[in-house]
Amino acid sequence: MYELVTGPLAWLAFAVFFIGVIARIVLYIKGLDWKLDRVTYTVNVSYGIRGALRSIFVWLFPFGTHSWRSYPFMTILVFTFHIGILITPVFLIAHNVMLWERWGIRLWTIPEPVADILTIAVMVSAVFLILRRIALPEVRILTTAYDYLVIAIAVLPFFTGYMAHIQAPDYRFWLILHILSGEIMLVAIPFTKLSHFVNFFLSRGQLGMDFGIKRGGMKNKGLAW
Amino acid sequence: MPEGTLCNKKTVNTVEELHALLADKSGKVYYDEMNSLEIDRAALKATLQKTCKSRIRTWLEICAHCGMCADSCFFYMANNRDPRQVPSYKIQSTLGQIVKRNGDVDNAFMQMVMDTAWGKCTCCNRCGMYCPFGIDMGIMFGYLRGLCFSQGFVPWELKIGSGMHRIYQAQMDVTSEDWVDTCQWMAEENEEDWPGLEIPVDKENADIMYTVNAREPKHYPEDLAEAAILFHLAGENWTVPSVGWEETSLAMFAGDWDACRIQVQSVYDAMERLKPKRMVVTECGHAYRATVIEGPYWAGLKSGKTPVPSFHYVEWVAEALRTGKLKIDPAKRIKEPVTYQDSCNYIRNAGLKECAREIMSYIAEDFREMSPCKEHNFCCGGGGGMNGLGRYREQRNIGLKVKRDQILATGAKLVISPCHNCWDAIRDMEEIYHVGIRWSFLKPILLKMVIVPDHLKPDE
Ligand code: SF4
Ligand code: SF4
Ligand code: SF4
Repeated sequence: MYELVTGPLAWLAFAVFFIGVIARIVLYIKGLDWKLDRVTYTVNVSYGIRGALRSIFVWLFPFGTHSWRSYPFMTILVFTFHIGILITPVFLIAHNVMLWERWGIRLWTIPEPVADILTIAVMVSAVFLILRRIALPEVRILTTAYDYLVIAIAVLPFFTGYMAHIQAPDYRFWLILHILSGEIMLVAIPFTKLSHFVNFFLSRGQLGMDFGIKRGGMKNKGLAW
Repeated sequence: MPEGTLCNKKTVNTVEELHALLADKSGKVYYDEMNSLEIDRAALKATLQKTCKSRIRTWLEICAHCGMCADSCFFYMANNRDPRQVPSYKIQSTLGQIVKRNGDVDNAFMQMVMDTAWGKCTCCNRCGMYCPFGIDMGIMFGYLRGLCFSQGFVPWELKIGSGMHRIYQAQMDVTSEDWVDTCQWMAEENEEDWPGLEIPVDKENADIMYTVNAREPKHYPEDLAEAAILFHLAGENWTVPSVGWEETSLAMFAGDWDACRIQVQSVYDAMERLKPKRMVVTECGHAYRATVIEGPYWAGLKSGKTPVPSFHYVEWVAEALRTGKLKIDPAKRIKEPVTYQDSCNYIRNAGLKECAREIMSYIAEDFREMSPCKEHNFCCGGGGGMNGLGRYREQRNIGLKVKRDQILATGAKLVISPCHNCWDAIRDMEEIYHVGIRWSFLKPILLKMVIVPDHLKPDE
């Protein structure tokens, strides 16, 4: 089983992930239409680029926009959750050891205690995100089972990884489940809402171009997001 | 496929059709007929295929259902945080469903969609600024209105409105003759007080081609006179076109994209014909949005710009004050606290916030910003055509509460509102809630305080 999930399945998952993500980017851009969207993407390009970069950049910072500032609790949750999800798997020592053993490459790594904290932070913020969904009427009305599924897909690798890491009984079981859930997440990214992994940038960039090119960007210093 | 005589999928292109609709008081028959209007699912599906592309589909798909857009919508706030007013909910339950079902929807559903697209959204685009993914529900509601219109599900007044544009290239039945007559009448009426005052019609190569909102010649001709006097005082070389003078677009509110194109094309044709250096648009928000911001796309202009550079009235006023073409008598500046209504259409969606501030710095001594303001302002409550829709009067009146409270919080009793729609909404607000505020366009305020050069004064 271990050989299967770390061998062919891993290859498959990474292939689906990379091809899928590239396909999403290509399809998104191909589906932009200057006349339907009413944005001259290919004219006034410098205004478009400026608008797109500003629109992406300011939103990448906690409290960087009016919106982030008006929901401080949510902002902390969102950033904790995403920082943990993005940093931990890439810079985990255990992952990099595997990379080294297999292909002789290695990235920066984060100390184990930091990884532990990030992992716990992901799980805790997920719990709060779920509680928020249940508690706030304006979020509850939007919520569907799919939203919980997406959270589960994203958090499962962390939970199982943590169980394996603390050497819970059945280490082997947790390890395989961990690898499997990681692969599920990779595959799910292009096909589910997790596609916002790339679509966040595309969509933000698009709206930034809209404001940068058409809705005022040529007449002022840019929107105060 | 049952089609009503008044409520149907056809556009209004003749005076007879228009009169038949107008004769149906409050659209009673029209809305009755709507109950049996059938959906052309094949056409809806085909339209989705052709026009619903990656931007909107991605928006609908990736919405994280996080609810961060909730507080951004004044309808949500005004309705005691009714979750059914959350922008994401409103769009997912309408356009989201149409896309998911690929057009397989029924009459009751489409009526609900219509009531949401026009009765719960003014397309103010504020929510788009608060969504982390940049999901702009205002844009999607605009698109949705187009889908509704193509299926005949459009509020009665807007069916009429878009018909007006198709027939008269104006939002009201003002013909070219009526318009030119009004210009002459206003020039004559005021020439005694303002020697040399003119409203030059169809003058070629002028510096400014001035265009208006049809309500001005129809209901407030003095607005036109005021514009003429201010241009006169500023020494501008200006003109108005006899055809192509209307900037507004009820067709945009209706989602009748073809009529939108016809309307803006008439203005662009006037630009080509008269070759002015630039165009200045009257104090109207959606007019500027329609003809200057969105119009070039409807007309298929690849530059995304109007044939000659176009400016909103506040841009011209700010420039005239800055360059000294218009000088303000310091003694006559507004002394009392005064606030400014940032119109979504030319502030948030066209970036003119600084012009407004610049003007206020010249004319007011105690200018109070609303909170929030500038591009983060709340809609007045009457945008997107809502002021004129009888079916949603109640919802509109509830929505006004947010702007009412914003104005009251400034402590100002005077609101400067260089936008016809906002102006109307604030007027109605006072009528309904009696909060003791006054409101004004810029032109009458400026006329009261501008210094008249000696050579332009009437002989005693
Ligand atoms: S803020 Fe954006 S992502 Fe969140 S619910 Fe609203 S539209 Fe969806
Ligand atoms: S565009 Fe304005 S009115 Fe419409 S949903 Fe968004 S915030 Fe509300
Ligand atoms: S009426 Fe004024 S405030 Fe309301 S949507 Fe239009 S421009 Fe915005």
